[in-house]
Amino acid sequence: MASVRILGRFQDAWDSDVAHSFRNSPITIVAAIALAICLIAAGFAPWLAPHNPFDLKTLNLLDALTPPAWIQGGKAMFPLGTDDQGRDLLSAIMFGSRVSLVVGLVSVFFAMLIGVSLGLLAGYAGGKTEAFIMRVADVQLSFPAILIALLISGVARAAFPGEAQDQLAIVVLVIAISLANWVQYARTVRGSTLVEKNKEYVQAARVIGIHPVAIMFKHVLPNALGPVLVLATINIATAIITEATLSFLGVGVPPTEPSLGTLIRVGNDFMFSGEWWVTVFPGSALVVMVLSVNLLGDWLRDALNPKLR
Amino acid sequence: MSALPAGLSPSAAPASGPAAADGRAPAPLVDLTDVAKYFDVSAPWLNRVLERQGRRLLHAVDGVTFQIHAGETLALVGESGCGKSTIARLIVGLYAPTRGMIRFDGQDTSILRAAAGRTLRRRLQMIFQDPYASLNPRWTVGDIVAEPIRAHELIQDKAAVLDRAGELLSHVGLAAADREKYPHQFSGGQRQRISIARALASNPEFLVCDEPTSALDVSVQAQVLNLMKDLQRELKLTYLFISHNLAVVHHIADRVGVMYLGRIVELADKRTIFGAPQHPYTRMLLDAVPDLNMTGKSRTPVAGEVPNPLNPPSGCTFHPRCPHANERCKTEIPLLKQAPAGGEVACHAIEERRI
Repeated sequence: MASVRILGRFQDAWDSDVAHSFRNSPITIVAAIALAICLIAAGFAPWLAPHNPFDLKTLNLLDALTPPAWIQGGKAMFPLGTDDQGRDLLSAIMFGSRVSLVVGLVSVFFAMLIGVSLGLLAGYAGGKTEAFIMRVADVQLSFPAILIALLISGVARAAFPGEAQDQLAIVVLVIAISLANWVQYARTVRGSTLVEKNKEYVQAARVIGIHPVAIMFKHVLPNALGPVLVLATINIATAIITEATLSFLGVGVPPTEPSLGTLIRVGNDFMFSGEWWVTVFPGSALVVMVLSVNLLGDWLRDALNPKLR
Repeated sequence: MSALPAGLSPSAAPASGPAAADGRAPAPLVDLTDVAKYFDVSAPWLNRVLERQGRRLLHAVDGVTFQIHAGETLALVGESGCGKSTIARLIVGLYAPTRGMIRFDGQDTSILRAAAGRTLRRRLQMIFQDPYASLNPRWTVGDIVAEPIRAHELIQDKAAVLDRAGELLSHVGLAAADREKYPHQFSGGQRQRISIARALASNPEFLVCDEPTSALDVSVQAQVLNLMKDLQRELKLTYLFISHNLAVVHHIADRVGVMYLGRIVELADKRTIFGAPQHPYTRMLLDAVPDLNMTGKSRTPVAGEVPNPLNPPSGCTFHPRCPHANERCKTEIPLLKQAPAGGEVACHAIEERRI
């Protein structure tokens, strides 16, 4: 009985409009598979990776800058070669993607949460509320992400003892990137809200007597969210890159636990001395990750828009 | 033939007025007293200070008084920007009046904007002009039509709410199965039917229709108008019908109010307005309507343009365009008074029997 119901649910999901548009878009399927591979590789890195790149005892400096396995001088145990510390690149990429993905997704989520709520409130309430929120946003916009991150990191460094700092590094990064990015969401949502709130369907809801908060979330928000979804997918990429920049400046993750961005940056130094693999492989991993997220975001935006169905 | 004063004309007050029981003339369902709405269109504060400008007020509606009786259709006509739609939005509570009082069935409608107005809310609804903007594109038609039922908790049972939505849809000439569809799958006329179904969902007594047919094809306009007339008869509805289309007004209205620049210049029953128009502006409007019988005859075009409501003319706002204007018209605002030929007219020339 229960299994029949579960099967029915699956059948419903398979037949739904969204699933149908997914099945008919080969690019989307490829992007989804690529992202799934990235997520699995990152999520199960401790079990899947051939080495643990964080365990300094297993590193051997004699293995440093070994080329990929298929090139002369390569070793089968390092399929994508090693970096200047003798770390296996494949394992480093898998572990590095964890940091990058967590920072990217979580910071975009928080930036969206803050930005969408404030933008919706500003656009719908108008008047002094709007003026206050948008002026704060303008002030916020005049501080670059790096400055905010340095500030928060400085405060965190003063507030917590040395050991806790490394554990808090990712939290500090997420807070810094979210605070630097919420303004974009707030402005985008405020713009769409200003357009939507004067449309007649919102006035109709007011005439019916719907509570303003319900109008904001049930009528205005779903219609104002389209551009935000696209912005969010692009911002996951930006957040990952911001994280790499911050790590480079020494306020990001500690160099003993490299993120994808750190690996690219380190590899960049060896790019022109012939050891291209140190930067190209982490870079390709980043490109695949960001591109598949963007393609999925594009597809999702079209699939959820009833006008394009 | 149509010399009865407005408000007492036979079509105006079918006996079912809510206060008709006490034997006196029935109290009007909707009662506007000297209602005005000014919009502040001033430049931002800093610009005003730097450029030494004062505040600029747009007089969208400037002292309007009229009543609508239960069961009748009052149409408001006038050129674009004369304040018709503002009156519609004032009555349903989307705007707060700057001055004056709007009463619905004896109650002050300012409570519509507060929580206490919920029961009153249910009794008056609105149909909007643009059928493409008045339905939320992300909601199914069933949810759109069910929204008032859910908001006012008229039906508790979830399945019964959907049944009622389907019933309303078939009432306006659509299929109950259309509940599952989205607004973009319908034509303009069908969307306007959905709008009407939504407005009827809370069992209202009074519908404000803001140019409900002006965005539709002529053939579809007639269908929607006939549907509205049928519904009025069946459900004993009262309409305030706003339009700039005189043919549509002639088809649906019992009484007609002619607006010019935020004021009502003539208010009379339909036959008086179309048969014996009195105010020079009403005459000008009717003369401009093309007529098949008049083919070849020269028509008087509507001369001049509506003045800027930011800076309206003194006295009678129509005097710059009026062939009968004299010095008094330029200084003194005419009031709406009983006219000799029936209805109410705001014109010094008619009062002085110059025309």
